[in-house]
Amino acid sequence: MLSFKLNGQEVSVDAPGDATLLSVLNNDLDEYGAKFGCGLSQCGACTVLIDGDPVRSCQTSAQSAVGRSVTTLIGLMVDNQPSKLQQAFIDEQAAQCGYCLSGMIIVAQALLDRNPSPTESEIRSALNANLCRCGSHNRIVRAVIRASQEA
Amino acid sequence: MNAPFSITRRNLLKTTGFVALSFAIPAELGFAQDGPKLPGDLKNNPMLGAWFRIGADGKATLLIGKVELGQGAVTAMKQVAADELGVNWDQLDVISGDTAQSPNEGTTAGSQSMPNGAVAVRQAAAEIREILYGLAAAKLGQPAESMKVEDGTITAADGSTVTYWELVDGLDLEREATGKATFRPPSDYKYIGQSITRLDIPAKMTGKPIFVQDMKPEGTLFGAVTRPPTYMAKLANVDLAAAESMPGVVAVVRNGSFLGVVAERWEQAQAAAAALNNSAQWEVEKVLPGHDGIHDWLQEKGEEKEIHKIERTEGGNPETVLEATFYRPYHMHGSIGTSAAVAQLDDSGVMNIWTHSQSVNPTRDAIAELLGVDAEKVRCIHTQGSGCYGHNMADDAAADAALLARAAPGKPVKLQYTRAQEHQWEPYGSAMAVKVKGGVDADGKVLDWEVDIWSTPHGTRPSGKAGNLLAGRYVDPPFEQPEPRDGGPPNYAAARNGIAPYDFAGHTVRTHFVTEMPVRVSSTRGLGAYANVVAIESFMDELANAAGVDPVEFRLRHLSDQRARDVITAAAAAFGWDNFEKQPHRGRGIGYARYKNYAALTAVAMEVEVTPRNGRVRVLRAVAANDSGHIVSPDGIKNQIEGGLIQSLSWTLKEEVKFDDTAVLSRDWASYPIITFSEVPPVEVVLIDRPGEPYLGTGEASQGPAGAALANAIFDAVGVRLRRVPFTPDRVKSAIDNKA
Repeated sequence: MLSFKLNGQEVSVDAPGDATLLSVLNNDLDEYGAKFGCGLSQCGACTVLIDGDPVRSCQTSAQSAVGRSVTTLIGLMVDNQPSKLQQAFIDEQAAQCGYCLSGMIIVAQALLDRNPSPTESEIRSALNANLCRCGSHNRIVRAVIRASQEA
Repeated sequence: MNAPFSITRRNLLKTTGFVALSFAIPAELGFAQDGPKLPGDLKNNPMLGAWFRIGADGKATLLIGKVELGQGAVTAMKQVAADELGVNWDQLDVISGDTAQSPNEGTTAGSQSMPNGAVAVRQAAAEIREILYGLAAAKLGQPAESMKVEDGTITAADGSTVTYWELVDGLDLEREATGKATFRPPSDYKYIGQSITRLDIPAKMTGKPIFVQDMKPEGTLFGAVTRPPTYMAKLANVDLAAAESMPGVVAVVRNGSFLGVVAERWEQAQAAAAALNNSAQWEVEKVLPGHDGIHDWLQEKGEEKEIHKIERTEGGNPETVLEATFYRPYHMHGSIGTSAAVAQLDDSGVMNIWTHSQSVNPTRDAIAELLGVDAEKVRCIHTQGSGCYGHNMADDAAADAALLARAAPGKPVKLQYTRAQEHQWEPYGSAMAVKVKGGVDADGKVLDWEVDIWSTPHGTRPSGKAGNLLAGRYVDPPFEQPEPRDGGPPNYAAARNGIAPYDFAGHTVRTHFVTEMPVRVSSTRGLGAYANVVAIESFMDELANAAGVDPVEFRLRHLSDQRARDVITAAAAAFGWDNFEKQPHRGRGIGYARYKNYAALTAVAMEVEVTPRNGRVRVLRAVAANDSGHIVSPDGIKNQIEGGLIQSLSWTLKEEVKFDDTAVLSRDWASYPIITFSEVPPVEVVLIDRPGEPYLGTGEASQGPAGAALANAIFDAVGVRLRRVPFTPDRVKSAIDNKA
């Protein structure tokens, strides 16, 4: 039995020892705030926070989350409403398909947590390993800037 | 967590509170012999009840066959529907892309949702509103002509009111559209012309399940497939028993060379598929020309066909004649989420498939053929997926999931491809070669212009045929893939935008269409337009340079169409073309096209910096001007133009599908890199609104002009002409070194 904190709630899961954190989130906990994109740590769609640090859940074993705190896109919500950062993404309409956004917003949150007023260049640098195919990059950057200014 | 998805057929069809439903929509309905022509997709779906339901519960429902791909089409169509029907945003629900409920609008592709879908919605809404006015007139004893509506409440001339919801008892929508209706005046519009928050975006920003990849209905099993090592490999031998005995495995499916498993857990399905892969022995062929050889292979083939000819009747001998050939490699759709589907064979023998297909109806028919059942025994329900940019693996995932679900009756079976499966097996955007020859006179006027286009196909969508599905090739007996055809005028496919939009004295265009497909190909954003526009617009720059004329001025001299001139002028002005100060290794370029030569008009201007030492190209900024006709959603159009431009930069700078003589070698994002945040320039989009003009569609408009502007800016920066996409640092450096 694996036990960890997911979005503030204690959860316990009976999953095989080699299961990835992404598989456990998606398939055991019905938690889709992190997405399968490549399974290779190349695209970032699966990014979650573990104790505040962004990690690629597709190549992180679920075991390594035991006793720690995992946060997905859903966990950023405040009183069941979009957080300031999420609202900034909505206000900037910072998506086309939106599949990569789960990872983008998590990485942006981690950036803002350690640097509340990042420059545009710092934002691009932080997000550089997260892939977007629709060409929403500039909107995503604008959303992070908006969130930092409104915070 | 799965609340948005209800899996049972009964739930999905439960539509209480509605009257006069019309589900039966024969494909070929005769339409009215006289009267006005029905617009867009209303022609094939003329029943008004196919498009709208008016409920007694204060809600109307819009039913559309066009689907949300992340392009914002469903929101834009709802804007049109709400305004023309006269209801507010919260009073209108939308159901899209369910073969059991929606009108058949074919495929959501070709930038056609607004030109063909939205006009049908508008017409149907207007006719229904007038029917409701008629019912209100009878009820209130007031003339129908004086009725006005707001938020579903009709007000008559004497101030008396009645709501739509009170009128449903007498409402008969099981009637054909007439094509006659008076549209509401634009001053009554609340939504058209506004940038409305897209319907799908809040859920996507907050992690709510909305994608088919997020579905996991009660009792879901997991499927996985094992692909052959090469396109045409045949399965000689495989140890099925070993896979069957693995933990959690529910079923192992072998049908000819199709191999798959169904297991209780995702990991178990992956492990069993890997075991099948390890034990499988294949007969492998070595027949591919390789990525470096593809253009030679292409140019030796193809049937020559002249598609456009204007004989020059005046002017003397050209002062300068140039010729150049441009090359496009295979490009991937490259969806960030790998394709997925959930399939469930229900108690009534219907295969229900939740799919992100662009073409639920034709794909339903193709899967029915694959399964050997009547079309009524397959239901496809569109559920959003990762952006597709054309025909990706969505339909294959739906078919594979159905083949696997047949082995586990009653159980939902979820399949999502691995990254390597998506990369290696998707139908790519076709490789092309485009040769352009042109001559200018002493005054810089183009006298002769000749284009030759070599291309493999651009359309192998399911289109009702199992042979177009990947699984169709591998089952026993296999389904033969129909021979793909090139598209004819005015859209064309390989030759899309191959006829230059300029006023040339002599103008010839020939295609060399190759039906063989060494590498799997199909519709990719813009089809042939990208390569043709890059070639034509690059060559326009070559001629302008030869004539010593500014590239913007050179284009305007050859363009009489005012809308074309307007977008070029607008892009140049926003870019600051006339005040551009040339700096070393920096340059500017422009590209223009009217998509399909009749749809949206787009000009892109760009500034780049090239580092000669390493051949690195940095795009500093880009400006696009677009005219998509009457604008429904300004931000939706900007989003598409900007996204298309950035995707085109990725194609043009970085992307090429690599393959050797047996198989595709681009298997992940390391072997097929795409553009990243640090490489994306600032993009400004200028919109030209044309109130009252037709909606032109926007999704594919900026790809070609962006690629061309980039090529032209590189030439302006360092004086070398890149004609082989992608413009990698190696190729740029080599071109600079060869020039020196």
